[in-house]
Amino acid sequence: MNVFNTILILAAAFLAVFGEAVLGAPRNLLGAQIDLLPALMVYAALSSDMVTVSLLAVAGGLWFDSLSANPLGITIVPMMAAGFPICLRRDLILRGLPFAQLVLGAAASALVPALTLLFLLNSDRQPLIGWGTLWQLIVMAAGGAVATPFLFSLFGWCGQALGYKPRIETSFRPDREIQRGRKQHVSH
Amino acid sequence: MFKQQNYLALGAVVLVAVLLLSLPQRATSRLKVAVASWFLPLFGLASAGQQLPADLADNLLPRRELLKEIDQLRRDKEQLRVQALQTTAIQRENDQLRGMLDWQRQSPWRLKLAKIVTRDPANWWHTVQIDLGSRDGLTNNLPVLTSDGLVGRVSAVGIYTSQVVLVGDQNCRVSALVEDATQDMGVLSASGPLDTSLVDLNYLSSSANIKSGQNVVTSGLGGIFPRGIPIGKIVDAQEVEYGLATEARVKLNVNLGAVDVVWVMFP
Repeated sequence: MNVFNTILILAAAFLAVFGEAVLGAPRNLLGAQIDLLPALMVYAALSSDMVTVSLLAVAGGLWFDSLSANPLGITIVPMMAAGFPICLRRDLILRGLPFAQLVLGAAASALVPALTLLFLLNSDRQPLIGWGTLWQLIVMAAGGAVATPFLFSLFGWCGQALGYKPRIETSFRPDREIQRGRKQHVSH
Repeated sequence: MFKQQNYLALGAVVLVAVLLLSLPQRATSRLKVAVASWFLPLFGLASAGQQLPADLADNLLPRRELLKEIDQLRRDKEQLRVQALQTTAIQRENDQLRGMLDWQRQSPWRLKLAKIVTRDPANWWHTVQIDLGSRDGLTNNLPVLTSDGLVGRVSAVGIYTSQVVLVGDQNCRVSALVEDATQDMGVLSASGPLDTSLVDLNYLSSSANIKSGQNVVTSGLGGIFPRGIPIGKIVDAQEVEYGLATEARVKLNVNLGAVDVVWVMFP
């Protein structure tokens, strides 16, 4: 388990939730706020372990719900529902391909709000839904799809810039250096 | 073994979620406030970041422009002072007349300025957080407005911040009055998740004479919003429920997506 990567993912989730709460431009322009947590979950599921995925689901869900009118903890299970199957089957996914990242990002970004809405409708809450919700889901899915490959690039760059560089083994070894030239004969 | 660990992690996460959701309302709201307080340092940073371009613009503004603006503000202030004098005289007269009729005296609105710090990140709620909390004397259900009209009501109070549910959310129903000859009354409710500037005015009587452009204000019924706070203007109206009732669409006076400073009204 790479602790640095986990901390980086959680910090990004914290900032993403704060950014969503502060920046109103996507909502004013597109009619929906784009949620970056599902895209982050896809990255965590493909690049980290189940502990990181679980931590992101719990912490990200709690942070999101604390700034929202959602009941506290309702986003945790949808987040985990998006991350768990990806993490479980990640050996079968071509995770390096931007297209795969895009598709997974879109699917997760549509699944998380849809599941959250389903849970809310099953509770005594009355979320604001209508035909416009479909448009909002499309915008969120598209936004998440675009954000996922971008997050992979960003985290790759962060890993290179802030993490330890891998030690490069060279084929040169001084004890196996071939000494050229005439050998010195030692006379006994 | 590895798979078992994965399923254990899944079980633990589900357990945490179920525990949180089954907590009593009081404990949940306290926990919510505690988790939201993690963001408090960032609120300061964000407001400083928003202030920076304004400060830069102020520094770049020529002195002549600033002096002109000061002069205009002085004139406005004088005009408002005269208007306040007139309002005080009218208030006094109103109190006297109410006293003669043995009516209850109207108390003036006590307002406190608040800044919107965050908006709901979820698309299915219309709520905002303001920078006033219980330490400023805020309680639940206080009306929130701007000089243009009604914004919403306080729905949850923390120590430093509070949540305001906006007009147009399902949890903010307002008893409203159309300013026409018959003073038709209805209830404001959400119109749709996309357009925050339009709300529905339901439960109007079938004989209501609703026309486009009529003003809609709070009716004072319901015990939360005092009478007379402007809400918006009628856009259109149609008969519903096989002609048994009328429903109208109201364009809100306040642009809820752009507002960043509000007034909280105290009783």
